[in-house]
Amino acid sequence: MQALSSKTELLLDYADDELIVGWRDSEWTGVAPTLEEDVAFSSIAQNEIGHARALYELAARELGSDPDALAFDRQPGEYRCAPLVQLHLLDWAHTIARRWLYEQADAVRLEALQAGGDGELAQLAAKIDREEVYHRMHAEMWAERLKDEPRFREAVDELWPYALGVLPPDLRPALAARTGRPLETSQGLTDRGENLAALTELWNEMTEVRRSIPGAEW
Amino acid sequence: MIYEVFRQERKGQPFAHAGSVEAPDAAFADAWAREQFGRRGESEGLWLVPRPAIHEITDWADEFDLKYRRVDGYSIKARLREARERAGTLVED
Repeated sequence: MQALSSKTELLLDYADDELIVGWRDSEWTGVAPTLEEDVAFSSIAQNEIGHARALYELAARELGSDPDALAFDRQPGEYRCAPLVQLHLLDWAHTIARRWLYEQADAVRLEALQAGGDGELAQLAAKIDREEVYHRMHAEMWAERLKDEPRFREAVDELWPYALGVLPPDLRPALAARTGRPLETSQGLTDRGENLAALTELWNEMTEVRRSIPGAEW
Repeated sequence: MIYEVFRQERKGQPFAHAGSVEAPDAAFADAWAREQFGRRGESEGLWLVPRPAIHEITDWADEFDLKYRRVDGYSIKARLREARERAGTLVED
């Protein structure tokens, strides 16, 4: 892949986060704790993938590529998503802990993008944020309900070093302040850039159909 | 708690029963109803009503068969035409 501008890097970081968190959350479709949550969680997952598409469109224009190619035709090692969204989580406590932490980090990122110097990015961030309001409402309602539940608290503790890795260093203090958690952790943090084996497994499944007939129009 | 959901499709239209969500509190009911009944832009507004707040009436007494109170079979068309003729506002089709 060609050398990327910092804007394109930022777009791909964000787009990959949204695509992969949407994919991971959609793994709960059909098996979420209640029917109502199943519908809501699946709908939120679809929204995240919609945000990914909008971000890929901007990145594709910068790169002279197309959004589908960016989403599906790269190798697993080329994806730029944070390890937080790559994790394959099999229980609801961890899944909701990730959803809540991701939304908190995303809120910090969206605020920075809206205040940043790139008008196009600021505009898209504002548009995304109008949907994220409801994602945050959903995540915060769960976090509030489970805050005294040991399994949820342990899951948040476990995932916190990953949550810090969603944001660049200059935005991490805002995340720590927002969540009331420490900026320094004994485990350090799990930063963007080193992909987990779980991402390769996800990629195999996610791109399987597209790889089956290269170049097909879907 | 079961919340009955009423949905308004367009501004000015009446809210009609759309279904229900079972939720532990009003915040969950809000989030769940929003996604279930609004994610496709199909709703202008929603009313969420805790089921116990609904006062239901299903028993009726009509022991003396007072048919004249009912409107079945009563055509208003001819009377409307007469009224319009009197008022001079009749438009022939």
